Amino acid sequence: MSRDRTHILPCCQGAVTQRCCQPALWKMTENCFMHHRTKVLTIDTMNPNVKKVEYAVRGPIVQRAVQIEKELKAGAKKPFSEVIRANIGDAHAMGQRPITFFRQVLALCSYPELLEGNEFPEDAKERARRILQACGGGSIGAYSASQGIECVRQDVARYIQERDGGIPCNPDNIYLSTGASDAIVTILKLLVCGEGRNRTGVMIPIPQYPLYSAALADLGAVQIEYYLDEENCWSLDVSELRRALVAAQQHCSPRALCIINPGNPTGQVQSRQCIEDVIRFAAEEHLFLMADEVYQDNVYAEGCEFHSFKKVLFEMGPEYSDTVELVSFHSTSKCYMGECGFRGGYMEVINMDPDVKVQLTKLVSVRLCPPVPGQALLDVVVNPPRPGEPSFNTYIKERTSTLQVLAEKAWLTEEVFNTVPGITCNPVQGAMYSFPRISLPERAIQQAKEKGQAPDMFYCMKLLEETGICLVPGSGFGQREGTYHFRMTILPPTDKLKIVLEKVKQFHQSFTQQYS
Amino acid sequence: SEVQVPLGVPCNGLASRPGCVPFPLRPYGVKKPYKEVIDICWGDAHSGGTKPLTFVRQVIAVCIYPELLQETTIAPDVKERARRLLRECPGGSVGKYCVCGIPFVQDGVCEFISKRDGGVPISPLHTGSPVQFVLKLLVHGKGLAQTGVLTPIPCYPTFVMGLTELGAAMVPYYLCEDDGWCLHVEELRRALATSRSHCNPRILYVINPGNPTGHVQSRESIEEVIRFAAEEELFIFADEVYQDMMYAEGSQFVSYKKVLFEMGPQYSNTVELASFHSVSKGIMGECGLRCGYVELVNLDPSVKQSVTSAFNTERNTAVIGQIALNIMVDPPKPGDPSYPTFSQETVEALPGTSFQAGSGGIYAYLRLDLPQKALLQAKEEGTDPDLMYCSRLLEEEGVCLVVGKEHGQQEGTYHIRICIGTTSTRLKEVLRRLKSFHLRFLNEFS
Repeated sequence: MSRDRTHILPCCQGAVTQRCCQPALWKMTENCFMHHRTKVLTIDTMNPNVKKVEYAVRGPIVQRAVQIEKELKAGAKKPFSEVIRANIGDAHAMGQRPITFFRQVLALCSYPELLEGNEFPEDAKERARRILQACGGGSIGAYSASQGIECVRQDVARYIQERDGGIPCNPDNIYLSTGASDAIVTILKLLVCGEGRNRTGVMIPIPQYPLYSAALADLGAVQIEYYLDEENCWSLDVSELRRALVAAQQHCSPRALCIINPGNPTGQVQSRQCIEDVIRFAAEEHLFLMADEVYQDNVYAEGCEFHSFKKVLFEMGPEYSDTVELVSFHSTSKCYMGECGFRGGYMEVINMDPDVKVQLTKLVSVRLCPPVPGQALLDVVVNPPRPGEPSFNTYIKERTSTLQVLAEKAWLTEEVFNTVPGITCNPVQGAMYSFPRISLPERAIQQAKEKGQAPDMFYCMKLLEETGICLVPGSGFGQREGTYHFRMTILPPTDKLKIVLEKVKQFHQSFTQQYS
Repeated sequence: SEVQVPLGVPCNGLASRPGCVPFPLRPYGVKKPYKEVIDICWGDAHSGGTKPLTFVRQVIAVCIYPELLQETTIAPDVKERARRLLRECPGGSVGKYCVCGIPFVQDGVCEFISKRDGGVPISPLHTGSPVQFVLKLLVHGKGLAQTGVLTPIPCYPTFVMGLTELGAAMVPYYLCEDDGWCLHVEELRRALATSRSHCNPRILYVINPGNPTGHVQSRESIEEVIRFAAEEELFIFADEVYQDMMYAEGSQFVSYKKVLFEMGPQYSNTVELASFHSVSKGIMGECGLRCGYVELVNLDPSVKQSVTSAFNTERNTAVIGQIALNIMVDPPKPGDPSYPTFSQETVEALPGTSFQAGSGGIYAYLRLDLPQKALLQAKEEGTDPDLMYCSRLLEEEGVCLVVGKEHGQQEGTYHIRICIGTTSTRLKEVLRRLKSFHLRFLNEFS
C-alpha cells in the first residue's frame, strides 16, 4: 500500500498523505484545516489472532464477578454476602496454606542477611546458599541463563530420574520456564508452520484447558479436537484419536498431540495401558507428543496412579524410546505447592531433533530468562527436605495434609453432585476440578439462545447473580454438542465447599423448576 | 519445519563460552594470566556486584514469609508495606495468580507517572514482558502488509530477535555516532521511505536513554520525533527503562508522554504512544524478577476491550516482580525509618561519573579504531574484526563483553559494549585489563 504525498496545505504541520485528503477526514479550526489522524491501531488493523483469543477461565463471567464484588463493597444488597471464586485453580486464593519450607528458602534467597540469624532451620539455609551461589552476584535479581539456572536444571533432572525409577534424565533437556503455560506456548511456536493444507494441526482433548485453544488461535494453528469419553470417566480412546486425525488430514497437517494427565477440567487419571496406546498411536502417525503433567501429585481415587509419559515411553523399549518425540511439562502452580504467583515451571524435551533444539534454545533467549524466584522455588520443590533433616517432619505433614484434604473434597464434590437430579458428576480422580454434566430444560436453552449466550453460560450467569458463586461454563472448555457442563474447583476450604455444593444443588433445583 | 526463530544469539560465540554469568574458572588445568572471567555483557547490575536495595528485599522476604512480621530487626515501614501488599493479594499470599496484575500495584504506577509527567496517567498495564505484549497487538501480515518496526541502529539484540519471532519487519534507522549518537529525523524519513516498498511500517521504536549508546534525547529531539510520528501515522514505542540512570552534567530525562502532552491537543489527543519502564535497570537492577509496565496513550476505543482481554490472559507477571515494581514507583520517603539506608544504597548503585559513558543508561559503547592489519587478519581467520578483538580479549584477559555486531553498526565501524553498572573496583579492573590488552593488540597489528 504505497502512499502518495501530494499536497502540503498551508498551516498544515507536515506533509499530508493522499489517503488523508478526503474531506471527511478534515476538521475546520479557527485558522486552518486540522489533520484528522486515523489511528495506527484499530480493531481492523490489530493482529487478528489476538482478537480470536478467548480465555473462558477469565472471561465474561469473571468480569461480571469482579463487578459484583465491587457492588457488594459499595454496599449493594444481594442474596449473598460474598462472591465465591470457584473458577480458577488458584489454591492460595482459596486459603490453601503454602509449604513452610518453601517459603523459608525463598525468603532467605530474597534477603540473604537472614542467613546470619537464627530464625531459619539449617536445611533451609543450605538450600538457599546453594541457589544463591548459582545466581549472578549471588542475587535472585540477576538475569539467569535463558535455559534456567544450571544447578536447578540438574536438580530437576535428578527429581525426574528418581520419580521415573532411575531412567536417566539429562539436564540439557530441561528448560525452565515461566509456569508451564510459557513452555507449552514455546513448543507450539516451534511446531506451527505451513499454509493451507500444510498448516500445522494440533490435537487437543475436548474438554480441554483453554490455554491450548487460545494459544492455537494466537499462532494461527489448526485445532484438531478429540473427544474424551464422558460415559467412561473421561477416558481417552485411541479409536477416537484416529477418527479425529483422519478427518483433520483433509484440511491440515497434523503434527502434534496434546494430553493433559491428570486432566483439566475433567480430572481423569490415565491408566498405564492408555498411555502406552497413545504413545504407540503417536509413533505410528508420526506425531509430536505434548504431555501436560502439572497435576501429577494430585491423584485421589482408589486404584488410580500417575504414570509419567516419559517413564512409560522408556519402558516400551528402544523402538519407541529412541524415536518418539515427547515434551513433558510441570510447574509449581498446582499439586500441593499451589504457588501460581511465582511462575515456576519446566519442560523436558525427549528425542527432539538436534537442529530444532538449537532453535529452541535461541527462542527462549528472546525473553532473556524466566523469573528467578520461580526458578528458586522450583529448585526447592524438586529438592525438598529429606528424612532426617530438621524440616522433614513439618514438610511431610503439610504436604500430606494438603493432598488429603483435596482428596476428601474431591470425593465430597462427586458425592453431593450425584444426589442432585439433573446433575451427574464423574469421579474426580485427580487435578483440582469437578466437571459435572447438567441437564437443562428446553425453555432455558431457548432463552439462552435468544440472549445469544451458550446455555451453560446462561446457567452460570444466573447462578452468579443469585448465589455469588462463580463457576466456568463447560462451553469454555469444549463439550459434545448438546451437552452442558460447568467446571468448579475443589479448592475452597471444606466448610465453604459444603455450603457451595448445597447452594448449587438448591439453585439447580429451582432453575429446573423455573424453566420447565 | 519452517521455524520463525530469530537469528543470532546475544553475545554470539562469546557468552556461550563462559556462560552468561560470571563464575570462577573451572579446574581444567589451563593456565591463564587471570583468576576469573569478568562478564560485563549484560545490563545486569547484580551480576556486576551491585547489591540489591535492602528495603526491596526485606519487603519481598516478609511478603514471602509473613512470620517475619514478628522480627524485631525489621523496620516498621518494611512491615507496613508488606502488610499492605499482602492485604491486596486475596488469600493474603504471594502465591496467588494475579488477574490484571495487583490493582494496588497498578495504582502506584499511576501515581508515579502523574508525579513524573503531570497530567492524568492512562492505566498502565504491568507484566513480565510489556514490549512483547504490545508488539503482539500490532504485528501481523506478510509481504507488503507485514508490519514494519523502525528500529535504532545500534540496538540491543534481544529486541531484534523478538521482532523476528513475531514476524515483524525490522526497518533500521542509524543513530548518528559523530553527533553523540543522536537521532536525526531525516534519517527516520529515509528509513521509512525505503521500507514502504517491502513492508507496512507502523511502529517507531525509540530507546531513551539509549541502549547501547547511553544517549539521552533532548526535548527538541523528542518533539521532532513526535511530529514525525504524527505526520507519518506511526505508533511510538518509547523504551524508557534507563530513565533513572543519568550522569552527564546538563542531561535530563524527560518522558515522551510528558513532551507529547505539552505539545497541545493536536498531538496529545492523537499520537499513539506506548511508554515502557521496568524494575530491571535503574537503582533497582532487579532483572531476574522480570517485571515492567507499559502505559498506552491514545489507544483507539475500538481496541480497548481486546487489549484488556489480552492483558487479563497474561501469564507472565510474577507476583514478586510486582512487589518490586510497587517499591520502585513508591520508594521510602524522607522520614521513613528505611529512608537513610535506602538513599545511601541508591547513590552507591549508580556508577560514578568518573567514567563518562554516554549521558545515561548502563553501558559504555566504545568505538574501536582497528589497524588495517587487524582487519586483514580477521578476514584471513574468516571472522569479523570486532569479534576477533573480543575473542582475544576474553582469552588473554578474561574480559567478556558484547561485540558491536550484535547491536548493528555502520559498515566498516566496530564497537564494543561494556556494562558499567558494577562496582567501581570491578570497573577499574575491567578498564585495566582492557587497556593492557588494547595496547598489546595495537602493537601486534601495527
